[in-house]
Amino acid sequence: MELFTNQVLAGIATGAIYACMALAVVMIYQAIDHLNFAQGEMAMFSTFISWQLMQWGIPYWAAFVITLALSFVGGIAIERILFKPLAKAPVLTNVAGFIALFAIINSSAGLIWDFTIKQYPTPFGSSPFLGSQLISTHQAGMIGVTVLLLLGLYFFFQYTKIGLAMRAAASVPESARLVGINTSWMIALGWGMASAIGAIAGMLIAPVVFLEPNMMGGVLIYGFAAAVLGGLTSPFGAVVGGFLVGVFENLAGTYIPGVGNELKLPIALALIISVLVVKPAGLFGRQIVKRV
Amino acid sequence: MTTLLNVKDLRAYYGQVQALHGLSFSLSEGSLTTLLGANGAGKTTTLRAICNMVRSTGGIEFDGKPLNNRSTESIVRFGIAHVPQGRGTFTTMTVEENLQLGAITRKDSAGIISDIERMYAHFPVLKQRHTQQAGTLSGGEQQMLAVARALMLRPRLMLLDEPSFGLAPLVVRDLFGILGKINREDKVSILVVEQNAQLALELADQAYVIETGRIVMSGNAKDIANNEEIRKSYLGY
Repeated sequence: MELFTNQVLAGIATGAIYACMALAVVMIYQAIDHLNFAQGEMAMFSTFISWQLMQWGIPYWAAFVITLALSFVGGIAIERILFKPLAKAPVLTNVAGFIALFAIINSSAGLIWDFTIKQYPTPFGSSPFLGSQLISTHQAGMIGVTVLLLLGLYFFFQYTKIGLAMRAAASVPESARLVGINTSWMIALGWGMASAIGAIAGMLIAPVVFLEPNMMGGVLIYGFAAAVLGGLTSPFGAVVGGFLVGVFENLAGTYIPGVGNELKLPIALALIISVLVVKPAGLFGRQIVKRV
Repeated sequence: MTTLLNVKDLRAYYGQVQALHGLSFSLSEGSLTTLLGANGAGKTTTLRAICNMVRSTGGIEFDGKPLNNRSTESIVRFGIAHVPQGRGTFTTMTVEENLQLGAITRKDSAGIISDIERMYAHFPVLKQRHTQQAGTLSGGEQQMLAVARALMLRPRLMLLDEPSFGLAPLVVRDLFGILGKINREDKVSILVVEQNAQLALELADQAYVIETGRIVMSGNAKDIANNEEIRKSYLGY
């Protein structure tokens, strides 16, 4: 029983990271109708920036905040420079754009910081949380930071004017422009926020997966699985999906014989395919009907 | 009366297809003007051209200032509220959020709150449903919401695209009654595009008839309504 509880709690902790990645993916998907394959690489690059700042002697939380600000600006810059010009381009052009972005960020990180694996600090420590062997303080910290982030985002989208404008721009762009919302900037803002959310995920998971240019590959696939499971049209679904995938991944690794650590990733892929086959809209997504 | 909107030699294009062929008309401050015409005459295109939602050439002046080459979202800030065809409801958001969105360019939060109450007084059904998702409203209720959302801007000019479309005759009467009241009491100038010519002429004081992208007739709404020849050849009743 203790093994079970332990695995569930650890699953919730990594699930929090998947939830963040899924949320970042969904935010961009809502704004421009494309999956951001480079979301993980953007998060990885942000994490490297924070690491570099700490190498220069800046304390953890200061580096954390500076990295969020830089990631936000960076996300906006990527949208303005690369994806705004592609707004009316066909799907494949956009996909090519995302792959290019992936390759560029991945190689630049390797060029600047090389491909060796680096230790990444945790501000929470890794002792048992509240004296319990079930969960470490870092895992508790991952959950705590994610919950704060989610509450903040909920408040932002429900109760601020700009959050309302962003939701309107994502749901009916033409009407949004007719009430005076600059939808183009709302998309850029969405990119900035998604980039910053990814940065949080990267910085929280780095002590676990270690820092290197390919650190987010697996995490992003779980994030995609979470987003698809919850429904690509539902930010709430993405978050729920994240936690579900995290727990599911751990339990499958522990209890299904032969899965272990090595075969966990195919499970995420199998999950994506099963959801797409059985319930394409996901658990909380809207069915999208298009006249053709 | 001063001219509020002046449209001169307006030509609009959808790709290679020209939809408006040099259309000119004007609307004076405080008036309720209607654009009439058959399907495909260019009524909707005219409204879309005013808000720069379709490529066009020619002069569009609002209160003496040119609107050409301004983005749709910045034209709203002149005080022009556009109720598009199909109502443009934010279906996944609540009725109250829809109203707040209408006022999103305004800075006076106290005024916005009192205006929401004012809309609820105009349209009591919206108050009953203010926490409901707007997509669950009936067609008539959504049209009321669209008009209320436009009024939340405190517009000087309201552009209405086929407000009667798909509504039951009684609901249309109601809606047109409210539009007349808004025009008289709130001093909002209104440009309404309609296929229901009879009703529009009853309500409007000025009317233009469009055919294949050109103005073919203009004048006092009463005169046009009383002219049997025009009615028969252009308005079909």
